[in-house]
Amino acid sequence: MKNSLTVKNLSISVPSAKGRVAVVDDVSFEIPAGKKVGLVGESGSGKSLTAYALMRLIKDPVSIDGGEIFLDGRDVLGLSNKEFRLLRGKQIAMIYQDPMSALNPIMRIGQQIIESIQLHSPSSEAVARKIAIELLESVGIPEPERRIDSYPFEMSGGMLQRVVIAIALSGKPQVLIADEATTALDVTTQARVLTLIDKLAAERGLSVLLITHDLGVAAQFSDEIMVMYAGKLVENGSVNQIFSNPAHPYTKALLDSRCDYTIDVNKPINSIAGQPPRPDNRPSGCVFSPRCEHVKEDCTTSVPPLIHSQGRLTACFRADEIFQVERVK
Amino acid sequence: MSADLKAIASTNGISRIFRSGTREVRALDNVSFSLFEGKTLALVGESGSGKTTAARILLGLDTPSAGSVEILGQTLGTLKNEEMRLLRREIQVVQQDPYSQLNRRHSVQRIIEGPLLAFNIGDKESRKKKVIELLEAVGLEKEHLLRRPHELSGGQCQRVAIARALALNPKIVVLDEAVSALDVSVRAQVLNLLRKLQQERGLTYLFITHDLGVAHYVADEIAVMFRGRIVERGTREDIFKNSQHHYTIGLLASVPLASPQAEKSNQELVQTLPSPAEGDACLYRTRCAVGIDRLDCKSTTLTLTKGTATHSWLCHMPKGS
Repeated sequence: MKNSLTVKNLSISVPSAKGRVAVVDDVSFEIPAGKKVGLVGESGSGKSLTAYALMRLIKDPVSIDGGEIFLDGRDVLGLSNKEFRLLRGKQIAMIYQDPMSALNPIMRIGQQIIESIQLHSPSSEAVARKIAIELLESVGIPEPERRIDSYPFEMSGGMLQRVVIAIALSGKPQVLIADEATTALDVTTQARVLTLIDKLAAERGLSVLLITHDLGVAAQFSDEIMVMYAGKLVENGSVNQIFSNPAHPYTKALLDSRCDYTIDVNKPINSIAGQPPRPDNRPSGCVFSPRCEHVKEDCTTSVPPLIHSQGRLTACFRADEIFQVERVK
Repeated sequence: MSADLKAIASTNGISRIFRSGTREVRALDNVSFSLFEGKTLALVGESGSGKTTAARILLGLDTPSAGSVEILGQTLGTLKNEEMRLLRREIQVVQQDPYSQLNRRHSVQRIIEGPLLAFNIGDKESRKKKVIELLEAVGLEKEHLLRRPHELSGGQCQRVAIARALALNPKIVVLDEAVSALDVSVRAQVLNLLRKLQQERGLTYLFITHDLGVAHYVADEIAVMFRGRIVERGTREDIFKNSQHHYTIGLLASVPLASPQAEKSNQELVQTLPSPAEGDACLYRTRCAVGIDRLDCKSTTLTLTKGTATHSWLCHMPKGS
C-alpha cells in the first residue's frame, strides 16, 4: 500500500546542562494513505516534537539531528523553507490542543479562514468567502453565513476547534495531524469533534496522525496505534493488537494503570512505579527497564530494537517470552 | 446515603449569581449536598457546571448569594474571623495544577510547614519531624526536603500539595481536579495514595472532577452537575448502572473506552448546538434527545425525584418513564 508519510530514524535533541540530549530517539514509522494512526504516550515522551518535525516547526535550540521524512515521496527535511511552505497546509496540516490560542483573538474567524484559503490558492475575496462558508458548514457549524463574522471569544471551545479544523482543511491536505486536539474539550464535545474528524477523514481520504495521552480516545479513533515512551517508539500495531494483546511491558502497564469506569474499584489501580526518566537522565539499555517488572540483565545494557514479533512491531527483548507465556496460561 | 453516617458538612440550597452589567449568570442554583464522615462525594460535570464554585463556597473562599453552609456544626458567614480561621484547619484543599499551587521560591519543607507556621504549631524541631512524617506518608523521601517545585515532577508536586493539605490533620479535604493534570501512570499512583490516606486517617473527601472514570473509582456518592444544578445523584451503582437523567446517560456514552471492542463513544443525539435554555424548567432540554421537542419540558418547574433512598434526579421524564 502507498504510504502518505514515511519517517525514518528521526532523532531530535534539546540542549541541557549535560550537553545535547535526545528527546526523540531513532523513531521510524509509516502512515499508509487513508489510515488513522494514534500516537500515544505520556508527557515528555516525544509525541508532540515528532509532530512538529513533520510540520518542520522544530526551531533552535531544539534540533533535528538525523533521519528522513518523506511526504508523498518527497524528502521533507531536504527542501528549502520556501519549497516546504508550498507543502505545509497543502499536503500536511495540523490542529492543536488549544483552539483559543491557535486563532487570532482580534480577527473575525471568517477572515482567518479566508486568509488561509487565499494562501493556498489565489482567489478573490468573494470566492474565498464562499469556500470558507462551505468549510464551516462541512465542520458542522450551524448558520455558517452568520457565524463567519464572529470573533473567537463569541464561540465555545468545541466550535472554535471546528474552526481550526476548517482552517487545516482549507489547503486540502492529504495528511492531518491532530495534536491533543480534543484534550481541552468537555467529554460530550470531544465525542462530537472526534466523530467529525472521523467523518472528514473518510470523506476526503485523509491520513490522520492523532496524538493523544488518552488511551480511550486512541482506541476509539485509530486503525493503528504507536506507543512512545521516553523518546522511543516501543510498540506499533493494529488497534486490536495493542489494546487486546499488548506485546511490550510498557503498553501493558499503561493499559493496566488506566482509570475508566469499567475497572474494579475494590482493588488498587496497577500503577507503574516510579516516573518517566528525564531526557538528561535516560537509562542505558531499554528506556523502560528501571520501571519494568520483567527486567533482566540484558535489558539494562543494550537497547532493544523495534522488531517484528507476534504480528506487530515491539521493542522488547523478552516480548515473545513474556507475552506468549502469559497468553498460554 | 444511609442514616447511620454522620454528615460533617453540608450545603443547604446554595445559589451563586455572578453579575456583569445587566447580565446574570447563575453559577449555582439551589444546590444541596452533604459530606459524610470518612466518605467521598464526587461532583462531576463539564466546565461551567458549577463544581468549582461549590467547592470555593464550601472552603469559605466565596459567599453564596442564597442558602447556607454548615461545617462541623458551625454556619459559615456567622463566624467571627478567629472562629473562621480555626475552622479552616479542618477543611483543606488540593488544586489542579501541580506547580502553580506551590510557591516556587519555597523548598518542599517550607511549603509543607506553611500551615503549621500559620497556626503557630510546635517548634522548629517538631515541625521538621512532622514534615518528614508527612513526606513519607505521601510517598516522598527526606531527600526531597530541600528541593523546590521546579525540581520535582508533576506527580511529586501533587504529593507535596497533598502533604501540605494534611499538615493540620483536617477532617475534610477538597480535591479540585487534583489528578486531572497528571499522566495516566502517575494518576493511578496518586489515586491509590489518596485512597490509602483516606482509609488510614478517616478523611472525608469532596472530589471535584470532570473525569467519570476517576469519580467511579474514588466516590461513595456521585452528584452530576449541569449548569449550576445537581441533575442526578446516587451511589456508584445508581449512576453507572442505572442512570436516569438523560444528561448522565449522554455523558457516560461520550466517554471513549480503551477497548476497540467497546461501543464507539456516541456523538450525542442532538446534531446542532442550540442556544442554551434559561428559566426554572430543565436547562438540558435543548440538548436532550427526549426533551428537545417536548413542551412540558419547557414548562415544568423541576423538583428532585427521589427514586430510592440513595438515588435522585432532576427530570420529570427520566429514562425509565
